[in-house]
Amino acid sequence: MRRASTDLKTNRGLLAVYQTLLLVALFAIWYVLTETGVLAPFFFGKPLKVLEVIWEWFSGGKIYPHLAITLVETLLAFAAGSVLGLVVGLWLALSPLASALSDPYIKALNAMPRVILAPIFAVWFGLGITSKVALGVTLVFFIVFFNVYQGVKEVSPVVLANARMLGASKNQLLRYIYLPSATSWVFSSLHTSVGMAFVGAVVGEYLGSAKGVGYLILQAEGVFDINTVFAGILVLTVFALLLDFAVTKIESRLLVWRPKTAETEAM
Amino acid sequence: MEHAQGVAGGAPALALERVTCAFAARGSEGRYIAVEDTTLAVQPGEFVSVVGPTGCGKSTLLNVAAGLLAPSSGRTLVHGAALEGVNSRAGYMFQSDALMPWRNALDNVTAGLEFRGMTKADAAGKARAWLERVGLTGFENRYPHQLSGGMRKRVALAQMLILDPEILLMDEPFSALDVQTRQLMENELLDLWSADRKSVLFITHDLQEAISLSDRVVVLSAGPATHPLGDFAIDLPRPRDVAEIRMSPRFVELHEAIWQVLKSEVLKGYAQSKH
Repeated sequence: MRRASTDLKTNRGLLAVYQTLLLVALFAIWYVLTETGVLAPFFFGKPLKVLEVIWEWFSGGKIYPHLAITLVETLLAFAAGSVLGLVVGLWLALSPLASALSDPYIKALNAMPRVILAPIFAVWFGLGITSKVALGVTLVFFIVFFNVYQGVKEVSPVVLANARMLGASKNQLLRYIYLPSATSWVFSSLHTSVGMAFVGAVVGEYLGSAKGVGYLILQAEGVFDINTVFAGILVLTVFALLLDFAVTKIESRLLVWRPKTAETEAM
Repeated sequence: MEHAQGVAGGAPALALERVTCAFAARGSEGRYIAVEDTTLAVQPGEFVSVVGPTGCGKSTLLNVAAGLLAPSSGRTLVHGAALEGVNSRAGYMFQSDALMPWRNALDNVTAGLEFRGMTKADAAGKARAWLERVGLTGFENRYPHQLSGGMRKRVALAQMLILDPEILLMDEPFSALDVQTRQLMENELLDLWSADRKSVLFITHDLQEAISLSDRVVVLSAGPATHPLGDFAIDLPRPRDVAEIRMSPRFVELHEAIWQVLKSEVLKGYAQSKH
């Protein structure tokens, strides 16, 4: 028994097989429960129908423009939120007065459930892409902001003193010390902030839009087409996984200078 | 004590005049005086070591000389001119790692030149030559965490020396290294120093290191209110090998004489650190 479990951990191919079997089993249970009527298909859908919908979306090409819109919204929200968070984070971390003044407001804005801003953004920016990006930005901003703020506060005082001794001016300290240090913290929160941008995009679409995967789900829900709702959820999940995979790839390329735990004590 | 040592007149390269540094106390009552009424001079081309028990305010003194810390009273003179702001004629080698972790070895060495507005290509050319001088050819693209402790010190040395500072301030730069690496680094430092005789203020708690490197050793008292207790000229011949010179009778004599002064301070410092 113990041998089997260690085999499973070390053999990645075998692990993938078992993971796939687990997924198939879950679908099988879902299938049996809905076919036998233990779960009402009206509320829980039918797995084969769900897969059929997904197949039609991809083979008919209907899904691509919606996915593209959701992706564009996610990326725009991520980019705008990150830049805004970076600038404001650097500014507040380096200006004690501005930081002290804005502290309660930052806390209040962060504590506020910002998803509730979606209807306001819809009124301000319409049902197009802008209102979704705006929602995503409010979610991404705070993650990046807090990370940058922390990153600047935790710049090693020795590294800072060394740069000053090497002749760095105030602007150069910002560019060569604070910015790289802060950016590394932004990258370390990449997974969370991309995820949040994605949430902003989908929730925004769901609350009112004319395009996007969230819109497909909203439409299907309106006519109680539960299979399509599930299909949308599955597509979004796979999409989010792919996004996360891409982020991991980018991260490992950008943070080569970061010590991995096993390497820190290298002599 | 006066030590002109063959230097033709003029002001010392670096002089601390009656420097006192007081900090807000960590506990409850009043102020903590780290350094009190300290006067210290380094002549041009002179290698001066400052020894003292651990935690006696040696680094505070060096930070004042670097202009990173303003003294509570007293002043710093660089070639006779009062120092304001960061000491731009000095290079500083820190005790702990001061390299930028997000820059590789080459880019760390070029940093100072880039701050001075040199183009990246020109700076890289000079930096390669300096990395070669400190024996790190082939390690240009390594990041600090991929280098050993000794290699990081070499990069820091090249980073400082590429700017050709007139004064070197060194804060126990080799204290984190093992004994062998440390002696290698000390010899390399002496080689580099003898090439163009910069003025050096070297802080250490290791008396052997101080004697084997220096022209002059200053002994500091235990803290608080650290001040110089003694000033010893080291008349050992140069060039020196730091490992071999420790066997010479004159070295032992000097060590004995200075240790007499330092010993009681070390014991005092040890007693304080216990409570």
